Amino acid sequence: MLKAIILIGGPQKGTRFRPLSLDIPKPLFPVAGLPIIQHHIEACVRVPDLKEIILLGYYPSADLIKFVQEMIQEYKIAIRYLQEYTALGTAGGMYHFRDQIKSGNPVAFFVINGDVCGDLPLLEMCDFYGEKDALVVVVGTEAIRNQSVNYGCIVNDKNTGEILHYVEKPSTFVSTLVNCGVYLCSLDIFQILASLFKKKEEEYIYNDLCSSNNSSIMQLEQDVLRPLAGTGKAFVYQTNNWWSQLKSAGSAIYANRHCLQLYKKRHPEWLTNLGIQDLQVKQTPKIIGNVFIHPTAFIHHTAVLGPNVSIGSNVHIGPGVRIRESIILSGASISNHSVILYSVVGRNSKIGAWTRVEGTPCDPNPNKPFAKMDNLPLFNTNGKLNPSITILGCSVSVPSEVILLNLIVLPYKELSRSFKNEIIL
Amino acid sequence: MCGKELIGKIRALILVGGYGTRLRPLTLSRPKPLVEFANKPMLIHQIEALVEVGVTEVVLAVSYRAQEMENDLSEEAKKLGVNLIFSHETEPLGTAGPLALASKILSENDEPFFVLNSDIICDFPFKEMIIFHKNHGREGTICVTRVEEPSKYGVVLYDDDGCIKDFIEKPQEFVSNKINAGMYIFNVSILKRIKLQPTSIEKEVFPDMAKERQLFALEFQGFWMDVGQPRDFLTGMCLYLSSLRQKKSEKLMDQDGVIGNVIIDPTARIGRDCKIGPNVIIGPNVIIEDGVCIRRSTILRESIIKSHSWLDSCIIGWRCVIGRWVRLENNTVLGEDVIVKDEIYINGGQVLPHKNIASSVPEPQIIM
Repeated sequence: MLKAIILIGGPQKGTRFRPLSLDIPKPLFPVAGLPIIQHHIEACVRVPDLKEIILLGYYPSADLIKFVQEMIQEYKIAIRYLQEYTALGTAGGMYHFRDQIKSGNPVAFFVINGDVCGDLPLLEMCDFYGEKDALVVVVGTEAIRNQSVNYGCIVNDKNTGEILHYVEKPSTFVSTLVNCGVYLCSLDIFQILASLFKKKEEEYIYNDLCSSNNSSIMQLEQDVLRPLAGTGKAFVYQTNNWWSQLKSAGSAIYANRHCLQLYKKRHPEWLTNLGIQDLQVKQTPKIIGNVFIHPTAFIHHTAVLGPNVSIGSNVHIGPGVRIRESIILSGASISNHSVILYSVVGRNSKIGAWTRVEGTPCDPNPNKPFAKMDNLPLFNTNGKLNPSITILGCSVSVPSEVILLNLIVLPYKELSRSFKNEIIL
Repeated sequence: MCGKELIGKIRALILVGGYGTRLRPLTLSRPKPLVEFANKPMLIHQIEALVEVGVTEVVLAVSYRAQEMENDLSEEAKKLGVNLIFSHETEPLGTAGPLALASKILSENDEPFFVLNSDIICDFPFKEMIIFHKNHGREGTICVTRVEEPSKYGVVLYDDDGCIKDFIEKPQEFVSNKINAGMYIFNVSILKRIKLQPTSIEKEVFPDMAKERQLFALEFQGFWMDVGQPRDFLTGMCLYLSSLRQKKSEKLMDQDGVIGNVIIDPTARIGRDCKIGPNVIIGPNVIIEDGVCIRRSTILRESIIKSHSWLDSCIIGWRCVIGRWVRLENNTVLGEDVIVKDEIYINGGQVLPHKNIASSVPEPQIIM
């Protein structure tokens, strides 16, 4: 039997994902029509022996209760949310809830960072794990040299996959093999966490309780992987599948495109194929490439959508609207002849007629294999806003005939004119 | 009421001049006087107004592309019953030299003659000019107009009866808001003051005439605009259209989907669900597809604007093709035969002829 733990963090984390995470917990932000962590649940339920999924974080449980119930209904699998009393780090929470994880005595359990997305090779990890005498198997992927230092860097034995050296976000180049934030752990890892916890506790008491360090805070990366490197107990499973972090709001469009592409392989029925779906309806909107449309959305038959568009529930798309490389969240409405490019339109936002909402894609360099998304800061060194995708928070209203270019608009704003390269508080 | 009774055979000289660089990229394809303003070559607006007051002979002082103008204008002139004479400068003669070059024609009789800058669009006050000129009886009359920002122009200072005292070119501090409107009427005797060489009438002829109290100013009240550059071209278009409205002109459209003052050539086709206006001029054989919104723009002949596009403050040159969901704004000027791909945004772009625009132009820029 296997289990999976999805680390979802808490409200103080994921600030770079604002304003998309201002009115919805980041793990529930829909990419390609599904909440980010539902993609992980999708990957988990494909593993035959996996019997329970635990969401671990410190969001108030009210934020997640509805989602968890929906997931149980949809996937008919045991899913629970375990709430940390405070941010305990990637390993601290696991240790805190060790009894819950150990119960039922799983052979191993997955640990998946909630803010990555990709084609997770969970089944392949199981096979790999079976061949090794491992405490932990880490998924690694190739990165380009100058970007690798933003990740956990792994040096491995090329034949066995054993991790020889591990360092989190080094200041100088170490290796192009980076940690994807997806692990398969043996229950024995709790022994290591226990001794680590004990050691930290002793330090805590020794330091006369004045240090603010909470002994319960432990990181899987620094506190576990780093010491395990070179002991023959940690291995890396290397994948060339698509993978990306979802740190900044700007990465949402990039992730959306790739998740839609993954549907093509795993769930082609989720992609809109109007030719088959709506045979009885004569006139259907034109769909280009991969597009996800929620069944409750209304799309006027003269609209043109795609490629790489996700439309949420109860969205209303008027006549002659053009949408490309964008996410339209539930309840939003877009009036006649408007154009949405490289943008996220927030829940219940309203966009007038003949308006243009456009962002600048910040995709990885397509000419460099293994290049990852650059999570650029909001502002460049000259103090100017880095051009990025346009994001409209929830319930933003945009008048007719304006242009919004490279704009970030916080929730509940009523715009009255065109804006470019700005953050609208 | 006819002005024709006031005088005998009256002539006019229009200073057409050179390359019209300020109105590029349009003037790369067509000499400026032939660029259509409100679906009519700019020069024809002036010639028509001259014909109305009895002018029968118009001298065009040209230094460039005379043949093209002759081909395009002679038929129109015949229709108007006016004799066009091309006075070709082999070197640019400024604003006074062309008078010397054409002096033989201008002095064929003793009637005063008009001199006009070719960039002016206004409610041409030619009849008042004749009356005013005959009344004061001196050598010259300059039309002046009131502007908001006189520092770009030549300001004219004159006393209460109109006698001009002084000229101040592009004043840095406010002296007056009355500027030289580029329309004159002169007695033949002015020709004695001008030699056949490059000369500026404003700087080298007028000051002497003013000293001798031979120059009077006529202030006129109608709209006036120097439409020699794109921004002013569009402003002039708005003024022209609202003056048509005042005159209750039948040229203005009144139909569904049309807002405010709009001229649509009868041969143009407008799709469904469009919003055209205010202040739009659509040329012959233009095709506007469904769901297009255009405001404050001129679309020149045979262009196509495809569905769902949005245009504000643009001049679209001849035979352009604008794709679907395109947004053009902020004094964008497209030269002849420019193709703009679907979903493009152009902000203040000046696009040279025959270009294919496949990526957006978010900041004002010249596209070579």
